[in-house]
Amino acid sequence: MNTLVAAAPQVPAIGVTPRLMRSATVEAPWVRRALIGAALLFLTLFLFVPLVTVFYEAFKKGWDVYLAAILEPDARSAIALTLLAAAISVPANLIFGVSAAWAIAKFDFRGKNVLLTMIDLPFSVSPVIAGLIYVLVFGLQGWFGSWFIDNDMKIIFAVPGIVLATIFVTFPFVARELIPLMQAQGQEQEEAARVLGANGWQMFWRVTLPNVKWALLYGVILCNARAMGEFGAVSVVSGHIRGHTNTMPLHIEIVYNEYQFAAAFAVASLLALLALVTLGLKFLVEQRVKDQKRAVGDRTE
Amino acid sequence: MILSRTLLKRHSVLPGFDLALGFALLYISLIVLIPLSAAFLKTFTMTWAAFWDAVSSPRVVASYRLTFGASFAAALLNAFFGLIVAWVLVRYDFPFKRLIDALVDLPFALPTAVAGIALTAIYAENGWIGQWLPFKVSFTPLGVFVALVFIGVPFVVRTVQPVLEDVNRELEEAAATLGASRWQTFAKVILPIVLPALLTGFALAFARALGEYGSVIFIAGNMPMISEITPLLIITKLEQYDYAGATAIAVVMLVTSFALLLLINSLQTWARKRQGGV
Repeated sequence: MNTLVAAAPQVPAIGVTPRLMRSATVEAPWVRRALIGAALLFLTLFLFVPLVTVFYEAFKKGWDVYLAAILEPDARSAIALTLLAAAISVPANLIFGVSAAWAIAKFDFRGKNVLLTMIDLPFSVSPVIAGLIYVLVFGLQGWFGSWFIDNDMKIIFAVPGIVLATIFVTFPFVARELIPLMQAQGQEQEEAARVLGANGWQMFWRVTLPNVKWALLYGVILCNARAMGEFGAVSVVSGHIRGHTNTMPLHIEIVYNEYQFAAAFAVASLLALLALVTLGLKFLVEQRVKDQKRAVGDRTE
Repeated sequence: MILSRTLLKRHSVLPGFDLALGFALLYISLIVLIPLSAAFLKTFTMTWAAFWDAVSSPRVVASYRLTFGASFAAALLNAFFGLIVAWVLVRYDFPFKRLIDALVDLPFALPTAVAGIALTAIYAENGWIGQWLPFKVSFTPLGVFVALVFIGVPFVVRTVQPVLEDVNRELEEAAATLGASRWQTFAKVILPIVLPALLTGFALAFARALGEYGSVIFIAGNMPMISEITPLLIITKLEQYDYAGATAIAVVMLVTSFALLLLINSLQTWARKRQGGV
Protein backbone atom coordinates (compact mmCIF):
# COMPACT_ATOMS: atom_id res chain seq x y z
CA MET A 1 0.00 0.00 0.00
CA ASN A 2 2.58 2.48 1.19
CA THR A 3 4.93 1.99 -1.70
CA LEU A 4 2.09 2.40 -4.15
CA VAL A 5 1.10 5.73 -2.69
CA ALA A 6 4.69 6.90 -2.49
CA ALA A 7 5.47 5.93 -6.06
CA ALA A 8 2.33 7.50 -7.49
CA PRO A 9 3.11 10.58 -9.57
CA GLN A 10 1.41 13.80 -8.58
CA VAL A 11 -1.35 14.36 -11.08
CA PRO A 12 -2.02 18.04 -11.68
CA ALA A 13 -5.74 18.61 -11.34
CA ILE A 14 -5.83 21.35 -13.92
CA GLY A 15 -8.93 21.44 -16.02
CA VAL A 16 -10.51 18.42 -14.35
CA THR A 17 -12.85 19.05 -11.51
CA PRO A 18 -12.64 16.42 -8.77
CA ARG A 19 -16.35 15.72 -9.14
CA LEU A 20 -15.99 14.73 -12.75
CA MET A 21 -13.03 12.45 -12.02
CA ARG A 22 -14.97 10.70 -9.33
CA SER A 23 -17.96 9.98 -11.45
CA ALA A 24 -15.79 8.52 -14.22
CA THR A 25 -14.33 5.87 -11.89
CA VAL A 26 -17.46 5.00 -9.97
CA GLU A 27 -20.31 2.77 -11.07
CA ALA A 28 -23.84 3.99 -11.65
CA PRO A 29 -26.02 3.80 -8.53
CA TRP A 30 -28.16 1.01 -9.93
CA VAL A 31 -25.07 -1.11 -10.69
CA ARG A 32 -23.83 -0.53 -7.19
CA ARG A 33 -27.16 -1.51 -5.67
CA ALA A 34 -27.43 -4.59 -7.88
CA LEU A 35 -23.94 -5.77 -6.95
CA ILE A 36 -24.51 -5.26 -3.23
CA GLY A 37 -27.84 -7.05 -3.59
CA ALA A 38 -26.30 -10.00 -5.45
CA ALA A 39 -23.49 -10.33 -2.90
CA LEU A 40 -25.85 -10.20 0.05
CA LEU A 41 -28.30 -12.63 -1.53
CA PHE A 42 -25.52 -15.11 -2.21
CA LEU A 43 -24.09 -14.83 1.29
CA THR A 44 -27.53 -15.05 2.85
CA LEU A 45 -28.52 -18.19 0.97
CA PHE A 46 -25.27 -20.02 1.53
CA LEU A 47 -23.91 -18.65 4.84
CA PHE A 48 -26.32 -16.73 7.01
CA VAL A 49 -29.40 -18.92 6.68
CA PRO A 50 -27.44 -22.09 7.61
CA LEU A 51 -26.00 -20.31 10.64
CA VAL A 52 -29.38 -19.12 11.86
CA THR A 53 -30.90 -22.53 11.18
CA VAL A 54 -28.52 -24.23 13.60
CA PHE A 55 -29.73 -22.12 16.51
CA TYR A 56 -33.36 -22.15 15.40
CA GLU A 57 -33.50 -25.94 15.14
CA ALA A 58 -31.60 -26.33 18.41
CA PHE A 59 -34.12 -24.31 20.42
CA LYS A 60 -37.23 -25.30 18.45
CA LYS A 61 -38.35 -27.76 21.11
CA GLY A 62 -37.51 -25.54 24.02
CA TRP A 63 -34.83 -25.15 26.65
CA ASP A 64 -35.51 -28.45 28.40
CA VAL A 65 -34.87 -30.54 25.30
CA TYR A 66 -31.81 -28.42 24.55
CA LEU A 67 -30.30 -28.83 28.00
CA ALA A 68 -31.10 -32.53 28.11
CA ALA A 69 -29.41 -33.02 24.74
CA ILE A 70 -26.15 -31.40 25.76
CA LEU A 71 -26.09 -32.80 29.29
CA GLU A 72 -26.78 -36.46 28.52
CA PRO A 73 -23.75 -38.67 29.34
CA ASP A 74 -22.84 -39.49 25.72
CA ALA A 75 -22.89 -35.83 24.76
CA ARG A 76 -20.83 -34.90 27.80
CA SER A 77 -18.20 -37.52 27.03
CA ALA A 78 -18.13 -36.33 23.40
CA ILE A 79 -17.52 -32.77 24.60
CA ALA A 80 -14.78 -33.99 26.95
CA LEU A 81 -13.06 -35.94 24.16
CA THR A 82 -13.23 -32.98 21.78
CA LEU A 83 -11.62 -30.74 24.41
CA LEU A 84 -8.96 -33.37 25.11
CA ALA A 85 -8.08 -33.82 21.43
CA ALA A 86 -7.77 -30.05 21.00
CA ALA A 87 -5.79 -29.70 24.24
CA ILE A 88 -3.16 -32.11 22.92
CA SER A 89 -3.08 -31.29 19.22
CA VAL A 90 -3.02 -27.49 19.47
CA PRO A 91 0.05 -27.28 21.77
CA ALA A 92 1.81 -29.98 19.72
CA ASN A 93 1.27 -28.05 16.50
CA LEU A 94 2.20 -24.82 18.28
CA ILE A 95 5.61 -26.17 19.25
CA PHE A 96 6.09 -27.54 15.75
CA GLY A 97 5.00 -24.28 14.18
CA VAL A 98 7.42 -22.20 16.24
CA SER A 99 10.40 -24.46 15.58
CA ALA A 100 9.68 -24.81 11.88
CA ALA A 101 9.22 -21.05 11.56
CA TRP A 102 12.44 -20.37 13.47
CA ALA A 103 14.46 -22.61 11.16
CA ILE A 104 12.78 -21.43 7.96
CA ALA A 105 12.57 -17.70 8.65
CA LYS A 106 15.90 -17.05 10.34
CA PHE A 107 18.28 -19.35 8.48
CA ASP A 108 19.26 -19.96 4.92
CA PHE A 109 19.49 -23.66 4.24
CA ARG A 110 19.23 -26.20 1.46
CA GLY A 111 15.84 -27.82 0.99
CA LYS A 112 13.91 -24.95 2.52
CA ASN A 113 11.32 -24.91 -0.25
CA VAL A 114 10.77 -28.63 0.04
CA LEU A 115 10.08 -28.21 3.74
CA LEU A 116 7.68 -25.34 3.03
CA THR A 117 5.75 -27.48 0.57
CA MET A 118 5.59 -30.35 3.03
CA ILE A 119 4.11 -28.09 5.68
CA ASP A 120 1.27 -27.21 3.30
CA LEU A 121 0.64 -30.81 2.36
CA PRO A 122 -2.05 -31.66 4.94
CA PHE A 123 -4.26 -28.85 3.58
CA SER A 124 -4.45 -30.54 0.21
CA VAL A 125 -5.17 -34.01 1.56
CA SER A 126 -8.81 -35.02 1.97
CA PRO A 127 -9.66 -35.51 5.66
CA VAL A 128 -10.89 -38.99 4.86
CA ILE A 129 -7.49 -39.88 3.44
CA ALA A 130 -5.84 -38.37 6.51
CA GLY A 131 -7.77 -40.87 8.59
CA LEU A 132 -7.08 -43.71 6.19
CA ILE A 133 -3.30 -43.35 6.32
CA TYR A 134 -3.32 -43.72 10.10
CA VAL A 135 -5.42 -46.85 9.77
CA LEU A 136 -2.82 -48.17 7.33
CA VAL A 137 0.02 -47.49 9.77
CA PHE A 138 -1.55 -48.33 13.11
CA GLY A 139 -4.57 -50.46 12.20
CA LEU A 140 -4.76 -54.21 12.82
CA GLN A 141 -3.23 -55.03 9.45
CA GLY A 142 -1.03 -51.96 9.50
CA TRP A 143 2.73 -51.62 9.67
CA PHE A 144 2.96 -51.21 13.43
CA GLY A 145 -0.51 -52.47 14.25
CA SER A 146 0.47 -55.88 15.56
CA TRP A 147 3.30 -54.44 17.67
CA PHE A 148 0.91 -52.06 19.40
CA ILE A 149 -1.67 -54.82 19.89
CA ASP A 150 0.99 -57.07 21.40
CA ASN A 151 1.90 -54.31 23.81
CA ASP A 152 -1.74 -53.78 24.65
CA MET A 153 -1.94 -50.31 23.15
CA LYS A 154 -4.86 -49.34 20.99
CA ILE A 155 -4.31 -46.49 18.56
CA ILE A 156 -7.02 -46.93 15.95
CA PHE A 157 -10.61 -46.92 17.21
CA ALA A 158 -9.24 -45.28 20.36
CA VAL A 159 -8.30 -41.87 21.66
CA PRO A 160 -4.67 -41.80 20.40
CA GLY A 161 -5.84 -42.30 16.82
CA ILE A 162 -8.30 -39.43 17.17
CA VAL A 163 -5.56 -37.17 18.51
CA LEU A 164 -3.17 -38.17 15.70
CA ALA A 165 -5.75 -37.53 12.99
CA THR A 166 -6.57 -34.16 14.56
CA ILE A 167 -2.88 -33.21 14.67
CA PHE A 168 -2.57 -34.09 10.99
CA VAL A 169 -5.42 -31.93 9.76
CA THR A 170 -4.48 -28.94 11.95
CA PHE A 171 -0.77 -29.30 11.30
CA PRO A 172 -0.03 -26.24 9.09
CA PHE A 173 -2.05 -23.49 10.83
CA VAL A 174 0.48 -22.04 13.29
CA ALA A 175 3.51 -22.50 11.05
CA ARG A 176 1.80 -20.79 8.12
CA GLU A 177 0.96 -17.71 10.17
CA LEU A 178 4.42 -17.41 11.70
CA ILE A 179 6.69 -18.04 8.72
CA PRO A 180 5.84 -14.99 6.55
CA LEU A 181 5.85 -12.60 9.52
CA MET A 182 9.15 -13.87 10.93
CA GLN A 183 10.70 -13.79 7.46
CA ALA A 184 9.66 -10.16 7.09
CA GLN A 185 11.03 -9.27 10.52
CA GLY A 186 14.51 -10.50 9.66
CA GLN A 187 17.31 -11.36 12.05
CA GLU A 188 18.62 -7.98 13.28
CA GLN A 189 16.73 -7.84 16.56
CA GLU A 190 17.77 -11.34 17.57
CA GLU A 191 21.34 -10.66 16.54
CA ALA A 192 21.32 -7.50 18.65
CA ALA A 193 20.05 -9.52 21.61
CA ARG A 194 22.89 -11.99 21.14
CA VAL A 195 25.48 -9.24 20.88
CA LEU A 196 24.14 -7.72 24.08
CA GLY A 197 24.78 -11.04 25.79
CA ALA A 198 21.40 -12.78 25.85
CA ASN A 199 21.54 -16.54 25.71
CA GLY A 200 19.42 -18.45 23.22
CA TRP A 201 16.31 -18.87 25.36
CA GLN A 202 16.46 -15.30 26.72
CA MET A 203 16.54 -14.06 23.14
CA PHE A 204 13.63 -16.31 22.22
CA TRP A 205 11.39 -15.38 25.16
CA ARG A 206 12.17 -11.66 25.24
CA VAL A 207 12.65 -10.74 21.58
CA THR A 208 11.29 -13.35 19.19
CA LEU A 209 8.11 -14.35 20.98
CA PRO A 210 6.85 -10.83 21.80
CA ASN A 211 7.42 -9.90 18.16
CA VAL A 212 5.14 -12.63 16.86
CA LYS A 213 2.62 -13.04 19.67
CA TRP A 214 -0.43 -11.87 17.72
CA ALA A 215 0.31 -13.98 14.67
CA LEU A 216 0.91 -16.89 17.03
CA LEU A 217 -2.44 -16.36 18.71
CA TYR A 218 -4.10 -16.05 15.31
CA GLY A 219 -2.69 -19.39 14.23
CA VAL A 220 -3.73 -21.01 17.51
CA ILE A 221 -7.32 -19.74 17.13
CA LEU A 222 -7.64 -21.19 13.63
CA CYS A 223 -5.92 -24.41 14.68
CA ASN A 224 -8.23 -24.84 17.65
CA ALA A 225 -11.39 -24.24 15.62
CA ARG A 226 -10.42 -26.89 13.12
CA ALA A 227 -9.27 -29.29 15.83
CA MET A 228 -12.61 -29.14 17.62
CA GLY A 229 -14.67 -29.34 14.44
CA GLU A 230 -12.82 -32.00 12.47
CA PHE A 231 -15.12 -34.67 11.19
CA GLY A 232 -13.85 -36.72 8.24
CA ALA A 233 -10.41 -37.70 9.51
CA VAL A 234 -11.64 -38.42 13.01
CA SER A 235 -14.61 -40.37 11.67
CA VAL A 236 -12.31 -42.88 9.94
CA VAL A 237 -10.15 -43.63 12.98
CA SER A 238 -12.74 -43.35 15.73
CA GLY A 239 -14.75 -46.54 15.42
CA HIS A 240 -17.76 -44.60 16.73
CA ILE A 241 -17.87 -46.20 20.16
CA ARG A 242 -20.50 -44.24 22.06
CA GLY A 243 -19.31 -42.60 25.21
CA HIS A 244 -15.69 -43.53 24.42
CA THR A 245 -14.44 -42.52 20.99
CA ASN A 246 -17.03 -40.03 19.82
CA THR A 247 -16.08 -36.41 19.46
CA MET A 248 -18.75 -33.72 19.24
CA PRO A 249 -19.05 -33.78 15.42
CA LEU A 250 -19.30 -37.59 15.47
CA HIS A 251 -21.89 -37.45 18.22
CA ILE A 252 -23.91 -35.04 16.09
CA GLU A 253 -23.83 -37.50 13.20
CA ILE A 254 -25.01 -40.44 15.31
CA VAL A 255 -27.82 -38.53 17.00
CA TYR A 256 -28.87 -37.02 13.67
CA ASN A 257 -29.02 -40.41 12.00
CA GLU A 258 -31.30 -41.55 14.82
CA TYR A 259 -33.68 -38.75 13.79
CA GLN A 260 -33.16 -36.86 17.06
CA PHE A 261 -32.82 -33.64 15.10
CA ALA A 262 -33.30 -31.25 18.02
CA ALA A 263 -30.61 -33.03 20.03
CA ALA A 264 -28.22 -33.06 17.05
CA PHE A 265 -28.72 -29.35 16.48
CA ALA A 266 -28.33 -28.66 20.21
CA VAL A 267 -24.80 -30.09 20.21
CA ALA A 268 -24.21 -28.46 16.81
CA SER A 269 -25.18 -25.10 18.29
CA LEU A 270 -22.30 -25.38 20.77
CA LEU A 271 -19.90 -25.83 17.86
CA ALA A 272 -21.58 -23.00 15.94
CA LEU A 273 -21.09 -20.81 18.99
CA LEU A 274 -17.43 -21.80 19.03
CA ALA A 275 -17.25 -20.83 15.36
CA LEU A 276 -18.73 -17.39 16.12
CA VAL A 277 -16.32 -16.86 19.02
CA THR A 278 -13.50 -17.93 16.71
CA LEU A 279 -14.57 -15.40 14.08
CA GLY A 280 -14.84 -12.67 16.73
CA LEU A 281 -11.38 -13.37 18.13
CA LYS A 282 -10.01 -13.68 14.62
CA PHE A 283 -11.43 -10.28 13.77
CA LEU A 284 -9.83 -8.70 16.85
CA VAL A 285 -6.45 -10.35 16.41
CA GLU A 286 -6.36 -9.83 12.64
CA GLN A 287 -6.11 -6.09 13.15
CA ARG A 288 -3.11 -6.53 15.46
CA VAL A 289 -1.39 -8.87 13.01
CA LYS A 290 -1.91 -6.33 10.25
CA ASP A 291 -0.50 -3.55 12.41
CA GLN A 292 2.51 -5.70 13.19
CA LYS A 293 3.09 -6.49 9.52
CA ARG A 294 2.75 -2.82 8.65
CA ALA A 295 5.26 -1.95 11.36
CA VAL A 296 7.71 -4.37 9.78
CA GLY A 297 7.06 -2.82 6.38
CA ASP A 298 7.72 0.70 7.67
CA ARG A 299 10.96 -0.34 9.28
CA THR A 300 12.35 -1.91 6.16
CA GLU A 301 11.50 1.07 4.00
CA MET B 1 25.34 -30.29 14.56
CA ILE B 2 25.12 -32.44 11.46
CA LEU B 3 22.17 -30.44 10.17
CA SER B 4 23.85 -27.06 10.46
CA ARG B 5 27.10 -28.32 8.92
CA THR B 6 25.50 -29.96 5.91
CA LEU B 7 22.45 -27.84 5.16
CA LEU B 8 23.23 -24.30 6.23
CA LYS B 9 24.28 -22.10 3.32
CA ARG B 10 25.64 -19.31 5.43
CA HIS B 11 26.96 -19.25 8.97
CA SER B 12 24.66 -17.49 11.41
CA VAL B 13 25.21 -16.12 14.89
CA LEU B 14 21.68 -17.13 15.87
CA PRO B 15 21.35 -20.32 17.88
CA GLY B 16 18.89 -23.17 17.71
CA PHE B 17 19.03 -24.18 14.06
CA ASP B 18 19.78 -27.83 14.78
CA LEU B 19 17.17 -28.11 17.50
CA ALA B 20 14.45 -26.30 15.56
CA LEU B 21 14.98 -27.99 12.23
CA GLY B 22 15.65 -31.36 13.80
CA PHE B 23 12.43 -31.26 15.74
CA ALA B 24 10.45 -29.96 12.76
CA LEU B 25 11.78 -32.71 10.50
CA LEU B 26 11.14 -35.43 13.07
CA TYR B 27 7.59 -34.19 13.67
CA ILE B 28 6.76 -33.79 9.99
CA SER B 29 8.12 -37.27 9.26
CA LEU B 30 6.12 -38.94 12.00
CA ILE B 31 2.88 -37.09 11.42
CA VAL B 32 2.83 -36.54 7.68
CA LEU B 33 5.48 -38.28 5.62
CA ILE B 34 5.53 -41.81 7.05
CA PRO B 35 1.72 -42.15 7.15
CA LEU B 36 1.35 -40.66 3.66
CA SER B 37 3.99 -42.97 2.23
CA ALA B 38 2.05 -45.86 3.77
CA ALA B 39 -0.77 -45.12 1.33
CA PHE B 40 1.56 -45.31 -1.67
CA LEU B 41 3.44 -48.35 -0.43
CA LYS B 42 0.19 -50.17 0.24
CA THR B 43 -0.78 -49.86 -3.42
CA PHE B 44 2.59 -51.30 -4.45
CA THR B 45 1.53 -54.56 -2.86
CA MET B 46 -1.33 -54.76 -5.35
CA THR B 47 -0.93 -56.04 -8.87
CA TRP B 48 -1.49 -53.48 -11.60
CA ALA B 49 -4.67 -55.25 -12.71
CA ALA B 50 -6.09 -55.24 -9.19
CA PHE B 51 -5.22 -51.56 -8.78
CA TRP B 52 -6.84 -50.69 -12.10
CA ASP B 53 -9.98 -52.67 -11.21
CA ALA B 54 -10.23 -50.87 -7.89
CA VAL B 55 -9.93 -47.37 -9.33
CA SER B 56 -11.98 -47.83 -12.49
CA SER B 57 -15.03 -49.87 -11.54
CA PRO B 58 -18.28 -48.21 -12.70
CA ARG B 59 -19.30 -47.21 -9.18
CA VAL B 60 -15.95 -45.52 -8.56
CA VAL B 61 -15.99 -43.76 -11.91
CA ALA B 62 -19.49 -42.49 -11.18
CA SER B 63 -18.20 -41.09 -7.90
CA TYR B 64 -15.29 -39.33 -9.67
CA ARG B 65 -17.73 -37.80 -12.11
CA LEU B 66 -19.93 -36.47 -9.31
CA THR B 67 -17.03 -35.29 -7.12
CA PHE B 68 -15.16 -33.52 -9.90
CA GLY B 69 -18.28 -32.20 -11.60
CA ALA B 70 -19.90 -30.82 -8.47
CA SER B 71 -16.58 -29.42 -7.20
CA PHE B 72 -15.95 -27.69 -10.51
CA ALA B 73 -19.44 -26.23 -10.70
CA ALA B 74 -19.30 -25.09 -7.06
CA ALA B 75 -15.90 -23.47 -7.55
CA LEU B 76 -17.20 -21.74 -10.67
CA LEU B 77 -20.20 -20.30 -8.84
CA ASN B 78 -17.88 -19.23 -6.03
CA ALA B 79 -15.53 -17.56 -8.49
CA PHE B 80 -18.40 -15.52 -9.90
CA PHE B 81 -20.05 -14.51 -6.64
CA GLY B 82 -16.75 -14.40 -4.76
CA LEU B 83 -15.54 -11.69 -7.13
CA ILE B 84 -18.76 -9.73 -6.58
CA VAL B 85 -18.54 -10.13 -2.79
CA ALA B 86 -14.89 -9.06 -2.76
CA TRP B 87 -15.68 -6.08 -5.00
CA VAL B 88 -18.59 -4.97 -2.86
CA LEU B 89 -16.57 -5.32 0.36
CA VAL B 90 -13.64 -3.33 -1.04
CA ARG B 91 -15.42 -0.61 -3.00
CA TYR B 92 -18.78 0.10 -1.38
CA ASP B 93 -20.13 1.10 1.98
CA PHE B 94 -23.30 -0.41 3.37
CA PRO B 95 -24.74 -1.26 6.78
CA PHE B 96 -23.08 -4.08 8.76
CA LYS B 97 -20.24 -4.27 6.26
CA ARG B 98 -17.58 -5.17 8.86
CA LEU B 99 -19.80 -7.86 10.34
CA ILE B 100 -20.54 -9.35 6.94
CA ASP B 101 -16.86 -9.21 6.05
CA ALA B 102 -16.01 -11.16 9.21
CA LEU B 103 -18.76 -13.72 8.57
CA VAL B 104 -17.35 -14.60 5.14
CA ASP B 105 -14.88 -16.82 6.98
CA LEU B 106 -17.69 -18.80 8.58
CA PRO B 107 -17.05 -21.94 6.48
CA PHE B 108 -13.48 -22.01 7.82
CA ALA B 109 -14.71 -21.86 11.40
CA LEU B 110 -17.96 -23.83 11.33
CA PRO B 111 -17.39 -27.58 11.63
CA THR B 112 -18.36 -29.37 8.44
CA ALA B 113 -20.80 -31.70 10.18
CA VAL B 114 -22.71 -28.71 11.56
CA ALA B 115 -22.83 -27.12 8.13
CA GLY B 116 -23.98 -30.43 6.68
CA ILE B 117 -27.01 -30.90 8.91
CA ALA B 118 -27.97 -27.22 8.66
CA LEU B 119 -27.86 -27.21 4.86
CA THR B 120 -29.81 -30.47 4.74
CA ALA B 121 -32.55 -28.97 6.90
CA ILE B 122 -32.75 -25.78 4.85
CA TYR B 123 -32.77 -27.37 1.43
CA ALA B 124 -35.04 -30.31 2.33
CA GLU B 125 -38.47 -30.34 0.71
CA ASN B 126 -40.07 -28.74 3.77
CA GLY B 127 -37.04 -26.59 4.61
CA TRP B 128 -36.83 -22.79 4.68
CA ILE B 129 -35.46 -22.57 1.16
CA GLY B 130 -36.30 -26.03 -0.17
CA GLN B 131 -40.05 -25.48 0.03
CA TRP B 132 -39.86 -22.60 -2.45
CA LEU B 133 -37.86 -24.53 -5.01
CA PRO B 134 -39.65 -26.52 -7.72
CA PHE B 135 -37.00 -29.25 -7.63
CA LYS B 136 -35.39 -31.40 -4.93
CA VAL B 137 -32.02 -30.33 -3.55
CA SER B 138 -31.37 -32.35 -0.41
CA PHE B 139 -30.59 -36.02 -1.11
CA THR B 140 -29.72 -35.36 -4.77
CA PRO B 141 -26.46 -34.51 -6.57
CA LEU B 142 -27.63 -30.90 -6.41
CA GLY B 143 -27.30 -31.15 -2.64
CA VAL B 144 -23.64 -32.09 -3.06
CA PHE B 145 -23.21 -28.94 -5.12
CA VAL B 146 -24.87 -26.77 -2.45
CA ALA B 147 -22.62 -28.15 0.31
CA LEU B 148 -19.51 -27.62 -1.82
CA VAL B 149 -20.53 -24.04 -2.56
CA PHE B 150 -20.81 -23.42 1.18
CA ILE B 151 -17.33 -24.68 2.05
CA GLY B 152 -15.74 -22.84 -0.88
CA VAL B 153 -17.12 -19.35 -0.19
CA PRO B 154 -14.11 -17.81 1.61
CA PHE B 155 -11.43 -18.97 -0.83
CA VAL B 156 -12.19 -16.70 -3.77
CA VAL B 157 -13.23 -13.74 -1.60
CA ARG B 158 -10.10 -13.88 0.52
CA THR B 159 -7.67 -14.26 -2.38
CA VAL B 160 -9.26 -11.55 -4.53
CA GLN B 161 -9.95 -9.00 -1.77
CA PRO B 162 -6.35 -7.95 -1.00
CA VAL B 163 -5.52 -7.65 -4.70
CA LEU B 164 -8.55 -5.45 -5.31
CA GLU B 165 -7.55 -3.28 -2.35
CA ASP B 166 -4.15 -2.74 -3.96
CA VAL B 167 -5.43 -1.84 -7.42
CA ASN B 168 -4.00 1.54 -8.28
CA ARG B 169 -6.98 3.85 -8.71
CA GLU B 170 -5.01 6.05 -11.07
CA LEU B 171 -5.03 3.27 -13.66
CA GLU B 172 -8.81 3.47 -13.63
CA GLU B 173 -8.71 7.24 -13.86
CA ALA B 174 -6.34 6.99 -16.80
CA ALA B 175 -8.67 4.56 -18.54
CA ALA B 176 -11.60 6.86 -17.90
CA THR B 177 -9.80 9.92 -19.27
CA LEU B 178 -8.92 7.92 -22.38
CA GLY B 179 -12.63 7.42 -22.92
CA ALA B 180 -13.24 3.95 -21.52
CA SER B 181 -16.66 3.24 -20.14
CA ARG B 182 -16.86 1.89 -16.60
CA TRP B 183 -17.44 -1.60 -17.92
CA GLN B 184 -14.48 -1.37 -20.32
CA THR B 185 -12.30 -0.18 -17.45
CA PHE B 186 -13.39 -3.17 -15.40
CA ALA B 187 -12.96 -5.72 -18.18
CA LYS B 188 -9.69 -4.40 -19.61
CA VAL B 189 -7.92 -2.85 -16.62
CA ILE B 190 -9.20 -4.29 -13.36
CA LEU B 191 -10.03 -7.85 -14.36
CA PRO B 192 -6.56 -8.61 -15.81
CA ILE B 193 -4.99 -7.44 -12.54
CA VAL B 194 -7.32 -9.57 -10.47
CA LEU B 195 -7.32 -12.61 -12.76
CA PRO B 196 -4.37 -14.53 -11.25
CA ALA B 197 -5.88 -14.18 -7.76
CA LEU B 198 -9.30 -15.16 -9.07
CA LEU B 199 -7.88 -18.30 -10.66
CA THR B 200 -5.95 -19.11 -7.49
CA GLY B 201 -9.12 -18.76 -5.43
CA PHE B 202 -11.00 -20.93 -7.90
CA ALA B 203 -8.31 -23.62 -7.73
CA LEU B 204 -8.22 -23.50 -3.93
CA ALA B 205 -12.00 -23.84 -3.71
CA PHE B 206 -11.94 -26.67 -6.24
CA ALA B 207 -9.16 -28.53 -4.41
CA ARG B 208 -10.92 -28.15 -1.08
CA ALA B 209 -14.21 -29.37 -2.55
CA LEU B 210 -12.64 -32.52 -4.02
CA GLY B 211 -11.72 -33.85 -0.60
CA GLU B 212 -14.73 -32.57 1.32
CA TYR B 213 -16.65 -35.15 3.28
CA GLY B 214 -18.40 -33.87 6.41
CA SER B 215 -20.77 -31.32 4.94
CA VAL B 216 -21.63 -33.45 1.90
CA ILE B 217 -22.64 -36.80 3.34
CA PHE B 218 -25.65 -35.45 5.21
CA ILE B 219 -27.17 -33.68 2.24
CA ALA B 220 -26.14 -36.04 -0.54
CA GLY B 221 -28.37 -39.02 0.11
CA ASN B 222 -25.34 -41.16 -0.76
CA MET B 223 -26.91 -43.40 -3.37
CA PRO B 224 -24.34 -45.50 -5.25
CA MET B 225 -23.85 -44.39 -8.87
CA ILE B 226 -25.94 -41.24 -8.29
CA SER B 227 -25.03 -39.18 -5.26
CA GLU B 228 -22.02 -40.94 -3.78
CA ILE B 229 -18.82 -38.87 -3.54
CA THR B 230 -15.36 -40.42 -3.78
CA PRO B 231 -14.30 -39.78 -0.15
CA LEU B 232 -17.44 -41.61 1.01
CA LEU B 233 -16.54 -44.53 -1.24
CA ILE B 234 -13.15 -44.74 0.49
CA ILE B 235 -14.91 -45.01 3.84
CA THR B 236 -17.37 -47.59 2.51
CA LYS B 237 -14.50 -49.76 1.28
CA LEU B 238 -12.74 -49.40 4.62
CA GLU B 239 -15.84 -50.51 6.46
CA GLN B 240 -15.92 -53.59 4.24
CA TYR B 241 -12.25 -54.22 5.22
CA ASP B 242 -11.24 -53.68 1.58
CA TYR B 243 -8.12 -51.76 2.64
CA ALA B 244 -6.35 -52.19 -0.69
CA GLY B 245 -9.37 -50.95 -2.64
CA ALA B 246 -9.80 -47.96 -0.35
CA THR B 247 -6.11 -47.09 -0.58
CA ALA B 248 -6.06 -47.38 -4.37
CA ILE B 249 -8.84 -44.78 -4.67
CA ALA B 250 -7.12 -42.65 -2.04
CA VAL B 251 -3.91 -42.68 -4.09
CA VAL B 252 -5.79 -41.46 -7.15
CA MET B 253 -7.22 -38.62 -5.07
CA LEU B 254 -3.82 -37.84 -3.53
CA VAL B 255 -2.09 -37.63 -6.88
CA THR B 256 -4.85 -35.32 -8.12
CA SER B 257 -4.52 -33.08 -5.06
CA PHE B 258 -0.74 -32.88 -5.38
CA ALA B 259 -1.07 -31.93 -9.04
CA LEU B 260 -3.53 -29.23 -8.01
CA LEU B 261 -1.17 -28.05 -5.28
CA LEU B 262 1.57 -27.60 -7.89
CA LEU B 263 -0.84 -25.73 -10.13
CA ILE B 264 -1.90 -23.46 -7.26
CA ASN B 265 1.72 -22.75 -6.35
CA SER B 266 2.57 -21.70 -9.89
CA LEU B 267 -0.62 -19.62 -10.05
CA GLN B 268 0.46 -17.82 -6.90
CA THR B 269 3.92 -17.18 -8.27
CA TRP B 270 2.31 -15.76 -11.40
CA ALA B 271 0.01 -13.60 -9.26
CA ARG B 272 2.95 -12.24 -7.27
CA LYS B 273 4.88 -11.39 -10.41
CA ARG B 274 1.81 -9.74 -11.90
CA GLN B 275 1.26 -7.66 -8.79
CA GLY B 276 4.92 -6.68 -8.62
CA GLY B 277 4.79 -5.59 -12.25
CA VAL B 278 1.75 -3.35 -11.88
